[in-house]
Amino acid sequence: MKRVRVFVPRETAAVSVGADEVAIEIARRGKAALGEGRTGVELVRNGSRGASWLEPLVEVETGDGRVAYRNVTPALVHELFDEGFLDGGDHESRLGLADELPWFRDQVRWTFARTGITNPLSVDDYRQHAGFRGLEKAFEIGPAAVLECVKASGLRGRGGAAFPAGIKWQTVAGAEADQKYIACNADEGDSGTFADRLLIEGDPLTLLEGMAIAGFAVGASKGVVYLRSEYPLAEAVLERAVDAARRAGWLGENIGGHGLDFDVEVHLGAGSYVCGEETAMLESLEGKRGIVRSKPPLPALAGLFGKPTVVNNVITLASVPGILADGADAYAALGRGRSTGTLTAQLAGNIRRGGLIEIPFGATLGEIIHDWGGGTASGRPVKAVQVGGPLGAYIPGDALDVPLDYEAFIDAGAMLGHGGIVVFDDSVNMADMARYAFEFCALESCGKCTPCRIGSTRGAELIDRLRNGGDDKAADYDLLVELCDTMEHASLCAMGGMTPYPVQSVLKHFAEDFSPRGVN
Amino acid sequence: MSRQTYCADAAHAIVTAHGNRPERLVQILVDFVKQFGWVPEDAVPLLADALNLSRADVHGVVSYYHDFRTTPPGRHVLKLCQAEACRAMGAKALTEEAERLSGLELGGHDDALSLEPAYCLGNCALGPAAMFDGRPLGRVDRAALEDLIARAAEPVS
Repeated sequence: MKRVRVFVPRETAAVSVGADEVAIEIARRGKAALGEGRTGVELVRNGSRGASWLEPLVEVETGDGRVAYRNVTPALVHELFDEGFLDGGDHESRLGLADELPWFRDQVRWTFARTGITNPLSVDDYRQHAGFRGLEKAFEIGPAAVLECVKASGLRGRGGAAFPAGIKWQTVAGAEADQKYIACNADEGDSGTFADRLLIEGDPLTLLEGMAIAGFAVGASKGVVYLRSEYPLAEAVLERAVDAARRAGWLGENIGGHGLDFDVEVHLGAGSYVCGEETAMLESLEGKRGIVRSKPPLPALAGLFGKPTVVNNVITLASVPGILADGADAYAALGRGRSTGTLTAQLAGNIRRGGLIEIPFGATLGEIIHDWGGGTASGRPVKAVQVGGPLGAYIPGDALDVPLDYEAFIDAGAMLGHGGIVVFDDSVNMADMARYAFEFCALESCGKCTPCRIGSTRGAELIDRLRNGGDDKAADYDLLVELCDTMEHASLCAMGGMTPYPVQSVLKHFAEDFSPRGVN
Repeated sequence: MSRQTYCADAAHAIVTAHGNRPERLVQILVDFVKQFGWVPEDAVPLLADALNLSRADVHGVVSYYHDFRTTPPGRHVLKLCQAEACRAMGAKALTEEAERLSGLELGGHDDALSLEPAYCLGNCALGPAAMFDGRPLGRVDRAALEDLIARAAEPVS
């Protein structure tokens, strides 16, 4: 007698298209599915495997493996049960074994190895899927060797700046202080990015393990996750994961009997984009306005409450347990050039098969958009692609042969950032998007430096004048170019400093969209 | 959405739960919004007093963050994503549709509904994205909007 395990993701994208309602229907029908050696259904709310386009993706555990059904609706649940769904029965929504689907099979899931597979809130499940092996390894080899391992892996910060994580950790480890902190930046505000959310909702214990390893390596006893308020489901999952880890002795005092004291608090953001900038985030964590700090001093030396602080993105920290467990060499063997390991690319916007894929660095943007993403959702040609969030350049649809690695993107006048890829079809007017870049900057600027605070508003006005056929178009154009230059070089942080990137790329590649009254 | 009416006692309870620590100010205000839906003007002197901060400090923080609204929201809150990925899927036209259907401008509210912009809800592969009373919605179309706005307009039971 056994209960059949059925997996229905409890993850924002899946829930946004009806996963909760599907789960309720399955539970209801499952109660009636007795007999034939079964005692019903065990419903597991897993995370998402990242294929947002297939959500709600429901899986049934069979003797052969987990059989997947795509885009399940509550109405479809009854049809599926009638077709022998609990035995992996056939149906037009049946995809076959989830692990054998090319979209999943062809990925290299390092950081997202467990996401979508396990129950995110079960420490036992986590342990059974190699969880906490990284932290155990850390205890075995000691803090100095952990630093060496992270350095040797070549892991670079996934928040956008791509700074080598091991060097940052080394700086914090070398600083003398009575208190140090691990501050995880989960203020994932860039449009087109959702990797942090997917990880937190699907495998939060990996993040907590990565933070504990960081704490062990640098001598920090306190960790804090700064999570944006737009992610209520991630908040609920993370809070429960912290509790579960504490109860199981993986957070708190004397972890694993190795004398490590480390605990994690969750702080929420309050709708400010610039709080994703590390020093603004630290200000916000101290209870203040999220105003950017001048650097130096580096947060590694004077960060949260003036103490040495490791500030890392969710994906950076969540990549560490695997690096410790499987070795720096295995990680460094993946990727291309100085971009080692895997990239968690997020396919977004006007895309047929949108979601997250984890693959080694090196594939081209075109391969990702066309081979993985299947082109635009609308079926129209790709006009432009914005990579790296609202501060990233727009790349024309006919120039997608650039490989995904940090240096190749810089050479192409763009940036990879947090790996968000937003696709636009040919119905977009790019002058609208350039104006939006300034508008967004005006809305979200912290106001500390003048180029960002005032330049953003003047930039939007200039674009309006250019499009409406002002008196002296040539002069306005020159002024816009000069304004971009001033913002780029004289702003305090990336907000003002990089807002010109999307604008400049539109001027360079899509100048025709600036014609009066925006006719294409 | 179950919201509690603001009162000084409930506000003090939140501040106490955060140990009257001034460095918790942002988290205290987050809890205000969760519990009351907004941050009334009366809360500023109360917080300044309880946390030993100046009123200017508290006002500065309240006015800085978008979430800390200083007017009560409608009974329901509909957030529509305005960011790039959703724009690529027609978020602008959808927003105009919502404005027509609700009779509100984006950012405006009446007793029943607040119609608010959001700048990324993290559901960028299933745009246009929205959030209704904290629930995520993907692939939002005109029919879904009509349904939501009709639901918001239903009388309080």
